[in-house]
Amino acid sequence: MKLSWRKTPIAGIIFEPGSSAEYRTGDWRIEKKPIINQDKCIRCLICWIICPDVSINRLQKPYGKYEETIEVDYYHCKGCGICSAECPVKAIEMVEESRVVA
Amino acid sequence: MMVALKDLPKEEPYAPGHRLCAGCGPSISVRMALKASRGPTVVVNATGCVEVSTTIYPYTAWRIPWVHTLFENIGAVAGGLEYAYEALERRGQLKGKVDIIALGGDGGTFDIGIQALSGMLERGHDVVYICYDNEAYMNTGIQRSGATPRGAATTTSPAGKVIPGKRGKKKDLAGICAAHGISYVATASIGFFGDYIDKVRRAIEVDGPAVVHVLAPCPLGWRSNPSDTIKLAKMAVQTGLFPIYEIIDGKYKLSLKPGRLIPLEEYLKLQGRFSHLLKPEFKDELEAIKREVEDEYKRILSLAGEHVT
Amino acid sequence: MPGAYTGDEAAAYAAKQCRVDVVAAYPITPQTIIVERFSDYVADGEVDTKYLYAESEHSAMSACVGASLAGARVFTATASQGLALMHEVLYLASGLRCPIVMAVVNRALSAPINIHGDHSDMMGSRDCGWIQLYAENAQETYDLIVQAFKIAEEETVQLPVTVNLDGFTVSHATESMKVLSDEDVDKFLPPRKPIFKVDPETPITVGAMALPEYYYEVKRQQEEAIQKSKGVVKMVGDEYGKFTGRRYGFMETFGLEDADAAIMCLGSTCGTVRSVAKDLRAKGKKVGLIKLWTYRPFPTEEFLSTIKDLKALAVMDRAISFGAPYGALCSDVSSALQNTGMDIKVMNMIYGLGGRDTPPSTVREVFDEALRTAKTGRVKERIRFLDVRE
Repeated sequence: MKLSWRKTPIAGIIFEPGSSAEYRTGDWRIEKKPIINQDKCIRCLICWIICPDVSINRLQKPYGKYEETIEVDYYHCKGCGICSAECPVKAIEMVEESRVVA
Repeated sequence: MMVALKDLPKEEPYAPGHRLCAGCGPSISVRMALKASRGPTVVVNATGCVEVSTTIYPYTAWRIPWVHTLFENIGAVAGGLEYAYEALERRGQLKGKVDIIALGGDGGTFDIGIQALSGMLERGHDVVYICYDNEAYMNTGIQRSGATPRGAATTTSPAGKVIPGKRGKKKDLAGICAAHGISYVATASIGFFGDYIDKVRRAIEVDGPAVVHVLAPCPLGWRSNPSDTIKLAKMAVQTGLFPIYEIIDGKYKLSLKPGRLIPLEEYLKLQGRFSHLLKPEFKDELEAIKREVEDEYKRILSLAGEHVT
Repeated sequence: MPGAYTGDEAAAYAAKQCRVDVVAAYPITPQTIIVERFSDYVADGEVDTKYLYAESEHSAMSACVGASLAGARVFTATASQGLALMHEVLYLASGLRCPIVMAVVNRALSAPINIHGDHSDMMGSRDCGWIQLYAENAQETYDLIVQAFKIAEEETVQLPVTVNLDGFTVSHATESMKVLSDEDVDKFLPPRKPIFKVDPETPITVGAMALPEYYYEVKRQQEEAIQKSKGVVKMVGDEYGKFTGRRYGFMETFGLEDADAAIMCLGSTCGTVRSVAKDLRAKGKKVGLIKLWTYRPFPTEEFLSTIKDLKALAVMDRAISFGAPYGALCSDVSSALQNTGMDIKVMNMIYGLGGRDTPPSTVREVFDEALRTAKTGRVKERIRFLDVRE
């Protein structure tokens, strides 16, 4: 990606939209990671809309009576814990990274 | 009418992998705003946290056209874009309407960019100006701005032995914008996201300039727990410190019916920037701040025609 | 078509014929007539340009950058403090490769405040990455603006251009001159074809932060673009010449075939110098003139081949470069001469600050001094301040 000045895109423009998705910010989690309890989750989507890191994925994967499964994108999740704090049914637990079996 | 979360678009014009802090309020404010977009949208971003952290070359978090030039000029850059689109459309070189969002922080809006914003409003450009307000110059390391509330400690308004944090009131940005005679101005909080997203959508639908001033807490600068970002954004409204309202054609309309206010201390104690105010030696200062907050809240209530007790 | 225009009117008329999509400008003496005339065109429906009445020059140039990035053809004009207020935005326009054309009506900078002509404004922004052309009169102002769009928008260039004209002496003086028909301008200058643009169909990120690993490459590329634009300046000047009979390029010379001593300068003073040189040549003195149209990119090679037979060169600077060895133009000349082995005696003359008149008698003195130097091989004073009270 480190191009010569001759091949560098004009004016430092980035022509690939959303290229930051390649960049792993999940490394920033130092203490805890959110774990969603699919049984408790009521699919209210609050965690989805308030996530600063676009790290709550809505998968078209049925679970019980729900059409969607709500999952955390750990490649990007920085572990801020807002999702857990705001979850109205306490379905998201912040768990010590070391205690999580990957 | 508040839109249900499940009815919001699933598309993410704003990608993950940006370098904003964990728990960043401004990041949340940007993502929510884009959920309100109605069609082709271009973002003009002022220098600041969001600009710097979302576009570190060769990475960009933007999946829609995005322009950054300087700190203080987005009102003008957005105006130039609008006129160019109009001229190109007239020449048959562009089809359909392009929505333009100018996005600036409180420093870029309240202070250094207020002239360009004023010019944009006076000329009547069809641009939505969103000011994400985290109440200080956070990008450069927490310096006070015209949006920093009285008493808050920043690196240039430290809580010293004789001066307890920032002096002076926060500017009334919404009032300043409304004074230009534009048809839509709103204050909002990311804590009340349905209300905020609705307001951005209304601002987009307005023909002409519209301003949305949204409170977006900064865990770094507020010295708060990153997981408290949404909670603080709510409490700022519930304490009366940051009332949310619309000014439609000059008429104020409260977005949240006034109820019992939460004591200000509950909000202050969650933030390191206010910790000095809770010490006995600054009791008088705290009382003065509480009076000021109450007076300001009453002023807004009265403008909105609500009963003031 | 012949007509009578002031320099400012010629600038506005040229921009009108170039069918600019967007004008964003702010009034300032002595540029004001440009924005007034253009406002007339808009008010009378003679153009379909969108005119953004900016609240400052900073915003005017910012709006120009926005409009240019969207793919529009953009024109603006300013002077003096206005250019200084635009300063930081000038770097954005060139760095983001916006082919904006701007008329700069050269005027002194405060303090003390002074509304008259000199080159302090443009020289203060000479490293802003813009192509910089200088006009001697209203005719050249017109001709250079028409060419400027073609140079700026050329695929390999994509850089902004200033066309400089001297405050009052050119901006406000009415001259008889020739303009092209609208059809001819259309033939010479087709609509802009941007190589990238900010529009919904191409979701690009413009103005990202380039850290130390990337910034330098972008700037190196920008330098290549302005250096390479020399070829385009020459090509467009030749083409314009074929079209109109008025050929342009890097510079115009007079008497250089056999001159021992010459004066080099920019802008309206070249007219006085040419007239004095003619008189002196009629008396058998071997003097000449080098008038630069293209100050940036500096046409180093062409300049050196032009002066190779000269013995002495007096470089006239209409601005002080405070604390520097020479004025800006003379510094360029000296550095161009570096390592060439050419033995040309160079002297620097500062003149005409804040509109101070530079009469033919002063120019004659400069030629006398240059001729003396050519003969003796000795430079009496490396820098001299003309017409200042001692």
